[in-house]
Amino acid sequence: MSSTVWSTPASASPDVRAARTFWRDTGAALRRQRSAMVGLALVGIVLVAACLGLVAVPQTANRSNLAQRLNPPSAAHVMGTDGSGRDVFQRVLLGAPLSLAVGVVAVAIGSLLGSVQGLIAGYRAGFVGAAIMRFTDALLAFPTLLLALAIMATLGAGLTNVMIAVGLSAMPRFTRVMQAEVLSLRNREYVLAARAVGAGTSTILVRHILPNGLSSVLVLSTLSISTAILAEATLSFLGLGPRPPTATWGSMISDGTSVLQAAPWVVLFPGLAITLTVLGFSLLGDGLRDALDVRLRDK
Amino acid sequence: MRLIGGRLVQAALTLVGALTIMFLILRLTPGDPVQIMLGDYRTPELEAALRARYGLDQPLPVQYLVYVGNILTGNFGVSYWRNQDVTTLVASVLPYTVQLAVAAIIVTCAIGLPLGVVAALNRNSFTDVAAMMIALLGIAAPGFLLALLLIYVLSYSLGWFPVAGAGEGTNLVNQLRSLVLPALALGFSSAALTARTTRAALLNVLNEDYLRTARAKGLRPLAILRSHALRNGLIPVLAVLGLQLGQLIGGAGVIEIVFNRPGVGKLLIDAILSRDYPLSEALLAVLLTSVIVINLVTDVLYGLVDPRLRVT
Repeated sequence: MSSTVWSTPASASPDVRAARTFWRDTGAALRRQRSAMVGLALVGIVLVAACLGLVAVPQTANRSNLAQRLNPPSAAHVMGTDGSGRDVFQRVLLGAPLSLAVGVVAVAIGSLLGSVQGLIAGYRAGFVGAAIMRFTDALLAFPTLLLALAIMATLGAGLTNVMIAVGLSAMPRFTRVMQAEVLSLRNREYVLAARAVGAGTSTILVRHILPNGLSSVLVLSTLSISTAILAEATLSFLGLGPRPPTATWGSMISDGTSVLQAAPWVVLFPGLAITLTVLGFSLLGDGLRDALDVRLRDK
Repeated sequence: MRLIGGRLVQAALTLVGALTIMFLILRLTPGDPVQIMLGDYRTPELEAALRARYGLDQPLPVQYLVYVGNILTGNFGVSYWRNQDVTTLVASVLPYTVQLAVAAIIVTCAIGLPLGVVAALNRNSFTDVAAMMIALLGIAAPGFLLALLLIYVLSYSLGWFPVAGAGEGTNLVNQLRSLVLPALALGFSSAALTARTTRAALLNVLNEDYLRTARAKGLRPLAILRSHALRNGLIPVLAVLGLQLGQLIGGAGVIEIVFNRPGVGKLLIDAILSRDYPLSEALLAVLLTSVIVINLVTDVLYGLVDPRLRVT
């Protein structure tokens, strides 16, 4: 259904209506899934937290205040204070935009590079395609964290480098998905028709094949944001994230390990923030996958 | 046999590719291990001597050939930082990681399979929703968070298990007690994934005609589950378990660090960050080989237990 929709010129009005119907149906199918809506709500909460972290929390929240060390949660400090006397709630809010930024930018890097590789590998089946896919297979052999860690060792610690490392380690999955999509699409009638009327390779790839492969990439992107946020948290936990005192959820947990016995809240609240954010994107991604799958949707 | 042969060649190519990529990532690192090693004591003479000693003055292709030779002979030389024979060093920590990975996969099966089966058999009930909520939380929570929460509750508060270490030099019971929390922390997210896969796989077969036939001829539900549903339903779970074992080996490092437990992962993270080439390369060779071999064995087993795949 989607294939005919995307391959026709935008001027053909009945098909434009059909295109809107496809996405409207997807939206309706998504709204029918309670778990996807829970995921959307969680993502919404994290977005609000990120906005608050950007505009409402003063940067002084990262300054030590030893008089307020290890205060348990109270009305004055909803999530308590950490070993340096900093308010955990304010720092959780400060960490939200960083985690989201890493998730989104890393996935943007991985999906862009991976999709381009997948498009080329799927459409050029010869030596180039085989070389790209063997390279992808080799990258897929690495456990995700190890690959990100090795790239971090090359690039050094820091927020931008975390984004690049996590993005590059997400890339091979996008290559695989896009290559599989292209293989299934490249001999469809509308692609052959485009070729028959003289369309060039890049036109066929960008105008006819890419839009039809995008739904799979969209699903993988949503799911990959949660993996990227987890990977960022782990790298920050290991001390490879932004330099202290910048607040990231992973580094907050790492700071909290030394005071775990006396003040478990220092570890618990940033941990909950990571868990709920990852849960939100996972539920949304799962829902999106089911909503975009016409066979499941019609059941 | 053709299936196994094809998969073997593919696995060998993947391994060569993965090891080459890792060599390039490590060697193209901007930081210089010799400069890091010497720090403030750096002089051009000392730098040149160390570079010659470790073969770092050779062109990259020569270094690559030496690296390939090291892998083939299993002789990786001496660790830059620890000044110990790399092979001995790896051999001393490998058993701890193997223990942890095996214990974690036992946790994965012991929690994941029953959770998935119960959820599938009680589809859309409260039990199903509760089981899947536990699974989702297990997937979403980072392993190191779970590790810290387990330490807080079961070690600090209840005193049941040691906080750190692997019980080195103590009796077997202490070593096993030291293994419980790391295995739970490492295995829980895999258990959660396995539960979801088991539920989905079992739901797929529960509506098959042959199960209706089994019910119609009066077989008891447990017999139907054991002899018919699980035998077919668990085939996809096998593939997921194989992949999980690979991820467990990769994720073991962080858990080893939290529990201050010796192991390949912890040593590797230290080695990569200090640019200890011989040690990183040896550890990565061991890890990547085991991940690829596990995937190969899973692939082949998958073909053996599901005869339909042998034809395709």
